[in-house]
Amino acid sequence: MKILVPVKRVIDYNLKPRIKADGSGVDLANIKMSMNPFDEIALEEAVRIKEAGKAEEVVAVSIGPAKAGSDTLKSARAIGADRAIHVETDEEVEPLAVAKILKAIVDEEQPQLVIMGKQAIDDDNNQTGQMLAALLGRPQGTFASKVEIDGDHVAVTREVDGGLETVRLALPAVVTTDLRLNEPRFPALPNIIKAAKKPMSTKSPADYGVDTAPRLKTLKVAEPPVRQAGEIVPDVDTLVAKLKAMGAV
Amino acid sequence: MAEATDKLLSRRDVQFCLHDWLNIGETTDAETVDAIIDLSARLAEEHFLSHYKASDTHEPSLDADGVHILPQIGEALGHYADAGLFAAGFAEELGGFDLPFLACAASFAHFAAANVATAAYPMLTAANARLIAAFGSPAQVEAFARPQIAGEWFGTMCLSEPQAGSSLAEIRTRAQPDGEDELGQRYRLQGNKMWISGGDQDVSGNIVHLVLAKVPGIDGKLPDGTAGLSLFIAPKILPDGARNDVSVAGLNHKMGYRGTANCLLNFGENNGAIGWLVGQPGEGLRQMFMMMNEARISVGLGAAALGYRSYLLSLQYAQERLQGRPMGVRDGEPVAIIHHPDVRRMLLSQKAYAEGSLALCLYCAKLVDAHGDPDSTALLDLLTPIAKTWPSEYGLAANDIAIQIHGGYGYTREFHVEQLWRDNRLNPIHEGTTGIQAMDLLGRKILRDGSALPLLKAKLEAAAKRAESIEELRGLAPSMLQAWSAIEACLQQLSDRPAERAFDNATPFLWAFGHVVLGWIWLEQAVTAARLDRSAETQAHFAEGKIRACRHFFDSELPKVAAWLCAVEAGSDTAATAPIETF
Repeated sequence: MKILVPVKRVIDYNLKPRIKADGSGVDLANIKMSMNPFDEIALEEAVRIKEAGKAEEVVAVSIGPAKAGSDTLKSARAIGADRAIHVETDEEVEPLAVAKILKAIVDEEQPQLVIMGKQAIDDDNNQTGQMLAALLGRPQGTFASKVEIDGDHVAVTREVDGGLETVRLALPAVVTTDLRLNEPRFPALPNIIKAAKKPMSTKSPADYGVDTAPRLKTLKVAEPPVRQAGEIVPDVDTLVAKLKAMGAV
Repeated sequence: MAEATDKLLSRRDVQFCLHDWLNIGETTDAETVDAIIDLSARLAEEHFLSHYKASDTHEPSLDADGVHILPQIGEALGHYADAGLFAAGFAEELGGFDLPFLACAASFAHFAAANVATAAYPMLTAANARLIAAFGSPAQVEAFARPQIAGEWFGTMCLSEPQAGSSLAEIRTRAQPDGEDELGQRYRLQGNKMWISGGDQDVSGNIVHLVLAKVPGIDGKLPDGTAGLSLFIAPKILPDGARNDVSVAGLNHKMGYRGTANCLLNFGENNGAIGWLVGQPGEGLRQMFMMMNEARISVGLGAAALGYRSYLLSLQYAQERLQGRPMGVRDGEPVAIIHHPDVRRMLLSQKAYAEGSLALCLYCAKLVDAHGDPDSTALLDLLTPIAKTWPSEYGLAANDIAIQIHGGYGYTREFHVEQLWRDNRLNPIHEGTTGIQAMDLLGRKILRDGSALPLLKAKLEAAAKRAESIEELRGLAPSMLQAWSAIEACLQQLSDRPAERAFDNATPFLWAFGHVVLGWIWLEQAVTAARLDRSAETQAHFAEGKIRACRHFFDSELPKVAAWLCAVEAGSDTAATAPIETF
């Protein structure tokens, strides 16, 4: 079985994003960028499935600037991807265009399973996996907290509002991961060094015939409002009076 | 500025040093280096920093089974081994990854910042394995270096004895020939070894002791001086599984570095500890000296890292601690103490000390990698006493300021800054005290053969030229060159002086020399920073921070050079000739 893992290069989850002075976006110059944590979990799961002898090859794919290939996909190969496909573009690619590019890659690579993060932590869209499954006409198991390959099926335990739901999908299928699926490993030094020797092919969106022109326009990016200090009131009556004065009740 | 998430070192600063300044990408794949640095920062934070306090409060203990250390130390080092970091700098044929010393140093700095006592085990292990790899026989390399490179066994350096610390000529450990086997010339060792870091512990499969000892002459007497010193490999557990005749006579109870079990070891209480000779007899000290530059840079690097973390802690604290109001304001909310000018002065001094120390050590690490180039080696020899001493003294100064910025809280054990200070207080002492380094600099590196001085001077002049071409740095370089001229003038006077008086003020000379070197290191950084693309706000702040720290160093530190040189130039022997009774 072949597994395809799309990974996105995003601002490191530890950092507090700083908004550019002109409000056009987040200042990313020389900021630590990392693999989207949900994607890291997806990759870890794919590598574990391979280590358990249930898959032969893990292919990582990333769409983004040169660094997405040299950094993010190298770290994907260090974690355990066997090879990488870099679709290089400096433009912002929205979820639908990402899904279309991924569909073209799936058509070419014919993986039995696509595992990807449920969302990227930079735009928080939570759309690409679902769109990809729809474009492919394949079953989808989203928000996975447990993934079990069972012959030509995969059982996916999903984190839903009411608790856990398990769905059984016929392969090939698309799975998106939630945070509790696994704990990704540190890529060890030998693997970091070996990663550079694992193959990577570089493509462009045009190679897949996908128009990535944005359908959305960002008007303004701003910091969330600063939280106001609280106040301790002596009794319930004062509280109610204050709330009324604020028009909150 | 440093990110709030930078708990050990500033990631941006490490990248700045490695990529923007030292161009590590010329020799090593840049992304691989970044991946290793990120791996190191993560491992160090998750597994080394996490038991920083615990390893201080739960000191190693000794019972009939030997020394026990905090289990978390063993776990952390297991992760370090699993990540392949013991092997980082070793050749591929030894199971290593052939990484340049510069990359290894940058990686190691994170572990030292997180927990220098735990990091001491791999530091010593790598030093031990490197000696065996350089001078041991193939069988010795296979038997004793490889398990250390894999991180399965740890190593120690057994040099000092209770009566022989800084002066290794007084070593009395005796090595009696005991035949030969596949591991080489076998000897029986007898003697006491003091201050042995990692001398015993219960977390590695075996401990490889490298022991300096003397082979007695035909008359049964030990040779005088250091020429008779030879190096021996004496493992705790012998290849046949039996215990070697090495026992722990006691643990030293230190003020810092407490997680590193520091032992008094007795070799040969019974039949003599078995040790195999490394290389030829009488070469022990020479072999040790071959590794000295790297060992001393590593000490400087550890000191820099300790100072650096205390700077990041104070920077964070100064932005959180609300106290007082700006000058002239009486009412309103208290402000964070970073708004007070004196706190900013302290922070900028810390920044100049800590970042300057790290930069110096990384620069020297790059010189280690250029060992094929005689000029680089000569420059490295000259700079090594500074790379060891300056971070040890000024990293500690940064630790001291960190306590001051934290105020009363900094004096309590609930915060890390007092422990960082205690940990760092070792560094001006071990691996050659500041006084020893001063004599090494002035004697061996300058008065005996000063051929490296013009190399350094050329570096200073080149940096000065670049700085003068940048508007915002103009005016800095002349004061550095002036300080250098003062050093030269002072050396001229010293060379005219009787040899026995030349070292009276070697330490103030070292301080002066060190400050000029750091002035140059800061100017190098400022020039690099000024040339960064500063269109993004974060980059502009970073570059301005470097330039301000440089300017602060030139404004407040460089003028000290003249004061230190005063006593040296005047040939003051007030202290050196003071009768003991007058103290």
